[in-house]
Amino acid sequence: MATTAGLFDDSFIPVQGGAAIPVEEIAPWAVLGTLLALIFLYFVSTEQGAFALFQGTYVHEFVHDGRHLLGFPCH
Amino acid sequence: MTAAISSASPATDLSVTKDLLWRGMLAGILAALLATLFARAFAEPQIDLAIGVEQSHSAHHMSAPHGGGSIVSEPEEEVVSRSTQKGAGLLTALALYGAAVGGIFAIVFAYGYGRFAAIGPRSLALLMAGLVFVLVVVVPAIKYPQTPPAVGKHETVGLRTAAYFAMIALSLGAAAIAGKVRAALASRSGRGFDATLLALGAYAVIVGVGQFLLPTIDEVPADFPATLLWNFRVASIATQLLLWATIGVAFGLWAERVLKRQRG
Repeated sequence: MATTAGLFDDSFIPVQGGAAIPVEEIAPWAVLGTLLALIFLYFVSTEQGAFALFQGTYVHEFVHDGRHLLGFPCH
Repeated sequence: MTAAISSASPATDLSVTKDLLWRGMLAGILAALLATLFARAFAEPQIDLAIGVEQSHSAHHMSAPHGGGSIVSEPEEEVVSRSTQKGAGLLTALALYGAAVGGIFAIVFAYGYGRFAAIGPRSLALLMAGLVFVLVVVVPAIKYPQTPPAVGKHETVGLRTAAYFAMIALSLGAAAIAGKVRAALASRSGRGFDATLLALGAYAVIVGVGQFLLPTIDEVPADFPATLLWNFRVASIATQLLLWATIGVAFGLWAERVLKRQRG
């Protein structure tokens, strides 16, 4: 054990005795997480901008400031 | 000790990935709260000034500002009031973004933990967050910088959106290729440092060529104040830096607890 702490002093914790989480275990959550993320990102970045599922400009105007700040093309 | 743990029935264990995913999304929402407070204080004044420029423009040109036809000089009839845009709207936009990227971040973390490097969860989370900030925010912004209101033509929003997403995909794809290059070179030569340098070079070349090929977009009006543009962009980048820093730190803390508990 080093006596002085390194810049990134953080102990490695093996998962379930192994070194990594098996891919089969990650896969279903990856699908769910990606799906949710795509829906969320679509409404923040693109709805009533480049595409529109709903009529009007309400979604665009509501997320307007966030869209500009996150770098998405707004109008 | 490790053998005993690994033989413990995985079926009865709650999924680590599930716990990580929820915590990633929560970390993203927490990050969005902080980013909203920051943006409210430092970015919103710039947006207000830019909207002022936009309105003085439309008054001059007798043309409608964004959002559709309205009467000049009067503030355009608002679908959503400025105070809502600055408050609930900004928070909602950043929270949706934070939850989305936090969830994907957690999934990549779940895959990368114990694979990318033999480092602890907090280190990995913070390094990954820093890397994502560079790959998704800084590098795409070099080609397509953030634009305040009053910058950008409505007709080209489709092209600009496609080009911006292509730029982000290019940056992430180039990073994935660079990672493969590094792994292949390092395992063959055993010289990790040189492999890293070559991988960085590969990333720079791929991104450079891609940026050269993607369409150039310059829609800043000639009389738009340069200092306002700069201040807006700094505020925008700082907001996203705060967002990613918070995800890196908060998710790292939560992931450490999940992994320790999992280990038993």
